[in-house]
Amino acid sequence: MPHRMHLMVCAGTGCVANRSPEVRDALVSEIAKRGLQDEIQVVTTGCNGFCGAGPLMVVQPDGIFYQQLSLKDVPHLVEEHFLKGRPVKKLMYVPPETRTPLPKMMDIPFFSRQRLIALRNRGLIDPEKIEEYIARDGYTALAKALSQMTPQQILEEVKISGLRGRGGAGFPTGTKWEHVIRAEGEPKYVICNGDEGDPGAFMDRSIVESDPHSVIEGMLIGARAIGARWGVVYIRNEYPLAVQRLMIALDQAREYGLLGENILGTGFDFDISVSRGAGAFVCGEATALVSAVEGRPGEPRARPPRLAQHGLWNKPTCLNNVETWANVPPIINNGGAWYAQIGTEKSKGTKVFSLVGKINNTGLVEVPMGITLREIIYDIGGGVPGGKKFKAVQTGGPSGGCIPNELIDLPIDFESLTEAGSMMGSGGMVIMDEDTCMVDVARYFLAFTQDESCGKCTPCREGTQLMLDILTRITEGHGTMDDLEALEEVAKVVAEASLCGLGTSAPNPVLTTMRYFREEYLAHIQAHKCPAHVCRQLNTYRIDPVICVERGHGCGVCRRECPEKAIFGEKNQAHRVDASLCSKCGTCVDLCHFNAVIVE
Amino acid sequence: MPKLKLEDLAGVREKARKATLLREGAGRVKMTVHMGTCGIAAGARKIVEAALREVEEGDLRDVMVTTSGCAGLCSREPMATLEVVGEAPVKYVDLTEAKMKTIFKEHILGGRIVEQYALAVGSERTY
Repeated sequence: MPHRMHLMVCAGTGCVANRSPEVRDALVSEIAKRGLQDEIQVVTTGCNGFCGAGPLMVVQPDGIFYQQLSLKDVPHLVEEHFLKGRPVKKLMYVPPETRTPLPKMMDIPFFSRQRLIALRNRGLIDPEKIEEYIARDGYTALAKALSQMTPQQILEEVKISGLRGRGGAGFPTGTKWEHVIRAEGEPKYVICNGDEGDPGAFMDRSIVESDPHSVIEGMLIGARAIGARWGVVYIRNEYPLAVQRLMIALDQAREYGLLGENILGTGFDFDISVSRGAGAFVCGEATALVSAVEGRPGEPRARPPRLAQHGLWNKPTCLNNVETWANVPPIINNGGAWYAQIGTEKSKGTKVFSLVGKINNTGLVEVPMGITLREIIYDIGGGVPGGKKFKAVQTGGPSGGCIPNELIDLPIDFESLTEAGSMMGSGGMVIMDEDTCMVDVARYFLAFTQDESCGKCTPCREGTQLMLDILTRITEGHGTMDDLEALEEVAKVVAEASLCGLGTSAPNPVLTTMRYFREEYLAHIQAHKCPAHVCRQLNTYRIDPVICVERGHGCGVCRRECPEKAIFGEKNQAHRVDASLCSKCGTCVDLCHFNAVIVE
Repeated sequence: MPKLKLEDLAGVREKARKATLLREGAGRVKMTVHMGTCGIAAGARKIVEAALREVEEGDLRDVMVTTSGCAGLCSREPMATLEVVGEAPVKYVDLTEAKMKTIFKEHILGGRIVEQYALAVGSERTY
């Protein structure tokens, strides 16, 4: 008998880390206890994208959204909603501005303002059941491509769609496929880049965990257009759940004859193997990735020749990002012209962004290109928590740049972000508020790229280290104006002369922060002050004597806990900090109940 | 599992879609049986089961059966609201399993409202 209610329990990595499998098991057993197991189906789905609110669940067919579920909520929830039909308000989402719970998922702006193409099956299918992918028109695009289209026609649709690579560079996908088609050599390969090394980016993880078949189907269609016989998915080992779900999906696809020989009885042969990354950011770069798959050290090489002519095992290879492949089936089903209607003139379609940092609604959002930063940050993201002022958004991960408040009405597309000095990158969006130090941000990203630099070319190897040293000294209060000049000069050399994208884009955080937040650099260097009070060495800690006496009564907690014994005072009297002994650890600030310690 | 041929794909999809229809809230017909405490006390669970049986036995592909809480008119329970895309919703009251069977045959499949079982036409819509 069919069920009368489906509970879509999120089991993306974020929710799993928050123990959603335990919640799911508790739901199953409570439902059985109530004798409802034949009426209510509990389904484990992939990531829903609203990761800050997990463990979460959507009750269908009414679309009621529940968040932050814990084991103790389960008995009450089952009795009230699933048995008696009264949805439980205290488990619902409450928007930051109002105090009224919003029961329906599609009323929550975070969800309703998104347009799902790559994430079309989000939260609606169990990724470990191929039948559920098929139920939502899965593999119909493949069937159409194999039976009703020639390889040339498939290529045409992708070209018309205007799809550009979603991994960061934004190279036109149709053009890339065409290069591989024209190249000579057999066999040809298609590769899926699932390395996703940008810190804070988890779009590809979500797609592979929640809808692995969308990638498999995309690769099948691409292979048909290109004439490739083999595919490789390169996925980072730090995504164990994604690896596991991908392997299950590949096995199920083979069982159904959707991978292997004579696919769907059409005579088309294609299969996919999986190669796992071992933790190097540089292996997200196409030539380094291919080197790693071949078992050689992950280092990039000079181009030309491009991968399209000489790639995996020196054969013509088409390498595309996870999200790019996931977009291919809908383009074939609905036509390239349909896709080209969405987005801007030069950036078609939608993009998945990971919205993180100082933002109320943390998670993944898929929106049409051309949407403004303002809409993403405020309408979808719910604004900055704690009433703090928005300062900048870092786009494109460690290769990207910081965009300040003045540019918040910028429409997001490849060109506009590049003009502003940043880039789309893989889609990371880190929101920063007034308590963020932009110099420290630049230093943080440089520390990452310097560590990940493979060392093969001198500009990157030496240049990133040099830039990092200068930035570290500036944050410690030892920077000079000469350092600023040197920083800019080195940055330009690294950007121009590095062998691969890691190096050429590593200076971006430095260059954009110097462009838009130069006054912060000057404050650090000339005034020896960090305006955001993040660079502790530049802070002065002072106790307000009035607050200390009138509210704190000279309690002495700070004096007792100070590791340097730098605070002096008697009970009931104002305490004071001896700046010459102070190590700027900030313990006194954290401990004072009365907020008597002022940071300057 | 036998390997699929092109023509088999549609069959797999149809069969699997029956289960996932409920998740998208996408079907031509939505039958909501009111199952608050009053409804349960009046025997709504048997009515839901009857509705689900009708979907199963008739192999219906575009009908969603679900439940909700109390609709407010406790004295006329068991009740159900039937919504068909493009038409006004209909509230059926004082239901029995036999009446549910008739409603499926006459209204859902035949397109004719069963007036003698109906309370009202055109009250609040959930769909």
